[in-house]
Amino acid sequence: MIVKRKPLNLFERLYLPAIIGGFKVTLRHFFKKKVTMQYPEEKWVVPDGYRGAPYLVKDQEGNTKCVSCQLCEFVCPPKAIKIIPPGPVVSNADRPNAEKMPKEFEINMLRCIFCGFCQEVCPEEAIFLQKDYSLTGTSRAEMIYNKEKLLALGGVHAGVQKWKHKAEEAKEQETFPVKV
Amino acid sequence: MIESVNNWLNGLSPAQSLLLFTSIKAVVCFAIMMTMFAYTVVLERRLCAWIQDRIGPNRVGPFGLLQPAADGIKAFFKEEMTPAHVRKVFFTLAPMIALIPAVLNLAVIPFGSTLGKQHMVLADLNVGILYTFGIVSLGVYSIVLAGYASNSKFPFLGGIRSSAQLISYEIAMGMSVIPIFLFVGDLNLNSVIKAQTGTQLGFLPNWFVIQSPMTFLAFCIFLVAAFAETNRTPFDLPEAEQELAGGYNIEYSSIKFAMFFMGEYCNMILVSAMMVTLFFGGWTLPWFGLDHAATTLLGGVLHIGIFLGKVFLFLVMFVWIRWMWPRFRYDQLMDLGWRRFIPLALANILVTAIWLWWQSGK
Repeated sequence: MIVKRKPLNLFERLYLPAIIGGFKVTLRHFFKKKVTMQYPEEKWVVPDGYRGAPYLVKDQEGNTKCVSCQLCEFVCPPKAIKIIPPGPVVSNADRPNAEKMPKEFEINMLRCIFCGFCQEVCPEEAIFLQKDYSLTGTSRAEMIYNKEKLLALGGVHAGVQKWKHKAEEAKEQETFPVKV
Repeated sequence: MIESVNNWLNGLSPAQSLLLFTSIKAVVCFAIMMTMFAYTVVLERRLCAWIQDRIGPNRVGPFGLLQPAADGIKAFFKEEMTPAHVRKVFFTLAPMIALIPAVLNLAVIPFGSTLGKQHMVLADLNVGILYTFGIVSLGVYSIVLAGYASNSKFPFLGGIRSSAQLISYEIAMGMSVIPIFLFVGDLNLNSVIKAQTGTQLGFLPNWFVIQSPMTFLAFCIFLVAAFAETNRTPFDLPEAEQELAGGYNIEYSSIKFAMFFMGEYCNMILVSAMMVTLFFGGWTLPWFGLDHAATTLLGGVLHIGIFLGKVFLFLVMFVWIRWMWPRFRYDQLMDLGWRRFIPLALANILVTAIWLWWQSGK
């Protein structure tokens, strides 16, 4: 493509229109509202569906939902999750029908890549990627979150009922095009 | 206490007192220049941030005013790397030379009228402007040496560009001020200021920038040449970030880099001071009798304040233009220098000379 360049007239060759134009633009921006967010004081609104750090959640009654099936541990691409199941004899269940409650559940947040596979694969809807994005610690050991910490950070996920959402999701995917 | 100091001062011989006061003035001048350098950097960072819809550094101290301290500490404590392939002597020499011309030129700038009995100029040279241009032409050495000593491609290109650019624009710069001195009839910068006192048309300042079309043209040429001499946008080819990744100073780190940085900004301050002195009446203001040498201490301080204020306005302009315009192409730069400004400056000298000759004949 050949760009036609018309010769500049004298006024333009003195660079005056360019000077004035440039000054107008910069002056306008000079007084414009600034877009900078003063980060630690101001924080952005984390949108719904954001994939932050994965935490364990409790059900409506405040019980641990995880049943140590270890699917998340297997699916985790960076191998950040480590689960110690209760074992055949010893159980640390705090209520009836909870004998598979994990003895220990650790997520190494230094390894976690926030991919969300654990949430996707969990049959119990016990782990969710939540809105935390800035995890800090002073040592490597501090960045390995244990069960208590994960449960405390995860909180109660009220409204999430076992299998209901999975069933809905499966149903949605039967029609085409798939709604997301 | 004060009396004994006074007695001691009065007891000094003229030579001793000159030495004492000149060294005090030199130290204070240098300190003020360094402070101005530090805050010009802050100004640059804040202004460019505002122009780009950002806020800029505002964390260190109130409104980010302690930022220079943080920058300085950082520059000192960074690791100083000297690459293995450089020519060591010149490599070390170049940043040292960078600061020298700006600081030396400070000596002839009248930055105030009088403070007590002292004239507020370090050296009242009767060839002030010649001295200035002599020193300014040394400025090219630091960049050329840095480009050569770095012994790699980008610095070398930067060095080549800058030597051509600085030498070309020095000619235009030197010739642009000749009409001013034709008008003044003296090379001393104090006489230049004296020639700009009073008002014209009753209220307008009698500054050279608006005194006559010839001096205005001289100012325009000087301004453009000043931008080229200080390597500022739109003539920042020696250190073009985008093409040369920084130009002559790529291989430098830590305090050596800071020296180049300092040199650039001090040159800016100096050129602003030159423009204020030559075209904007120096420390004078035409109103309220501020264009005569101060008789009181307060008046003297006020004159220094006026001078610094004018310099500050020029610095704002330098900074603003950097964030406003793109860079000239190399051939355009050379074209502008040799084929536009030098003939224009020559013609200006001729017209001024004829005009003055005609005036004197009347």
